[in-house]
Amino acid sequence: MIADRLRALAAHREILFMITWREVVVKYKQSLMGFLWAILMPLVIVGAGILVRGGFAYLAHQPLRADDIAAVTLKSVPWAFAVASIRFATNSLSSNANLVTRIYVPREIFPLSAIGSQLVDFGMAAVPLIIVLAIAGVGVSVQLLWVPLIVVILVLLVAALGIVLSAGSLFFRDVKYLVEVMLTFAIFVTPVLYDVDTFARWKTWLMLNPIAPLLEGLTAAVIHHRPPDLPWLAYSAGFTLVALLSAFAVFAKLEPRFAESV
Amino acid sequence: MSDAVLRVDQVSKKFRKGQLHDSLRDLIPALIRNALRPRRPGGELGDREFWALRDVTFETQRGEALGIIGRNGAGKSTMLKLLAGIMKPTSGVIHVGGRLSALIELGAGFHPDLTGRENVYLNGSILGMKREDIRRNFDAIVDFSGLAEFIDTPVKRYSSGMFARLGFAVAAHLEPEILVVDEVLSVGDYLFQRKSLDKMRDIARGGASVIFVSHNLPAVTELCSRCVLLEAGRVHAAGPTGEVVRDYINAFSIAAAQASETMPAYVSRFVMRGAAGENVRFSSGETVRFDVEVTARQHVESFAVSIGMADERQYVVFSTSTERLGAPAYTMDPGDRISVTFEMDLHLAPGAYYLGIALHRYNVQKDYGQFAVGTLFIHADVDVRGVVNLVPRLVPAGAPFA
Repeated sequence: MIADRLRALAAHREILFMITWREVVVKYKQSLMGFLWAILMPLVIVGAGILVRGGFAYLAHQPLRADDIAAVTLKSVPWAFAVASIRFATNSLSSNANLVTRIYVPREIFPLSAIGSQLVDFGMAAVPLIIVLAIAGVGVSVQLLWVPLIVVILVLLVAALGIVLSAGSLFFRDVKYLVEVMLTFAIFVTPVLYDVDTFARWKTWLMLNPIAPLLEGLTAAVIHHRPPDLPWLAYSAGFTLVALLSAFAVFAKLEPRFAESV
Repeated sequence: MSDAVLRVDQVSKKFRKGQLHDSLRDLIPALIRNALRPRRPGGELGDREFWALRDVTFETQRGEALGIIGRNGAGKSTMLKLLAGIMKPTSGVIHVGGRLSALIELGAGFHPDLTGRENVYLNGSILGMKREDIRRNFDAIVDFSGLAEFIDTPVKRYSSGMFARLGFAVAAHLEPEILVVDEVLSVGDYLFQRKSLDKMRDIARGGASVIFVSHNLPAVTELCSRCVLLEAGRVHAAGPTGEVVRDYINAFSIAAAQASETMPAYVSRFVMRGAAGENVRFSSGETVRFDVEVTARQHVESFAVSIGMADERQYVVFSTSTERLGAPAYTMDPGDRISVTFEMDLHLAPGAYYLGIALHRYNVQKDYGQFAVGTLFIHADVDVRGVVNLVPRLVPAGAPFA
């Protein structure tokens, strides 16, 4: 079943590519700021992070450390990607309603291309991020080899969520609003502005959020030049695998009813 | 028949009337209700369900153009969506033996902010073309659309006609083995429709199958050799286009008149024939005979049979009668039958014309009845518009009359 879906997706990869390309081109054509949009969201997060970290440091009567700022900056880019991807993917089927009702393609293409277009923003935001980190002197080590693996897990996790939520929002309008609420509050329960170690007692609870071990893993590898917390990283990878398989199964079950429900 | 490229076998599709639950507030009570109620087998209808299609079976051969006709609500659009794979049948099987392209909307996925060029690539790949094929055919597509000078303009600045032309140009270069086409051709001007029909005929001649879903009867008779008539979700008739179209038209005219018991006399038979035999499609200028048979239910006297033709806008373009042509008046007793044959040369412009017969008692200005008896379709080699074909031609200035 899932193998069939993947084969169908592979056969339609050009459409996936073209719709992703359309999203990217249209976004950059319409806006004056163009490329700046890709880094706006991370910049806002970094700004908030400096405030929060400054507040923590003030309360603890400690100086604000450059490492902490670097960590927030590093995590802001993947977090902005995850939030925007889930938001766009959730709405992707309804916003492509005319294609869903008039053309047959494997409909996973719509959430996946929404994520694909965000991935382009992710890539563009990564360039200034690398420059900033280089200037800040975080240095290079063999631990950087963890980064591609962590990014792949993150993309797959976001894809799984996006696929399920896009189908869900087609049948229930509530899903769209629920997603908005959850994305707004997610930053409080995800270690973006802070590190899980700050909340020593609740660390386990925070790490159960499958994105947390990925962000913490990135910080460990890039800023602290240590390997990520492997059991937790394995937990995220396992969660992603299960989520992805279930997402494809749910989507395949609901897809025949899409054209009647849009 | 083993050469069928597309076979629709006992296909049914069930829909639900009214609103679906689309918020969680509606779903939860519905789930509980469903859990408490015994499951219904797939072949039965629930309280608010209905069959959009029921046991539809037909097939199409390589190189054949098949028309699917029917009134609004007969199931044409549902059939189209099932063929295109957009919906799945409730029961039955659709066997597709080749690369199928469905053209339900011209310019599917066109984005207003992208240029014509960008949209050609986008639309082409959405319709299933490889980027390589699009690149190879790009000049031909632009040429076919006639929009070369606007190809780098965003399509939001296109007129709706230009939009449709570009959309069709891409679709025309799909090289499918089975092409399913909707009413998409009804957009655009006369020339565009002409060009599109010609292109579809070329596609069929090239060995592909074309399935044309439409209620544009002139276009269907011109393009399709065979037709399926859907009525209330079932196949009402299938066979050569002329016969099926005649069935379709008759179903709403003669049958209706016969059913109406109050008419003192009615048209019991109406046949159109050219030199080659019974037909509904004629070339402009062709000599055609109309056989009219009238049956009386009551005593009717001193009436003439008149025949009239109206164009697609219901404007009467021609009429005559037995009286005006010098025949004596008819008088009939209950059960009597008479036959009249009109012969005329149809110097009409291409299009569809509706035929009506009136039984008219002329000395006291009384109608015994008026009957819509059929539709005929005129085609011509020359591009003339309006309702008549005045056989125009160009001659050198000052040349003597031939």
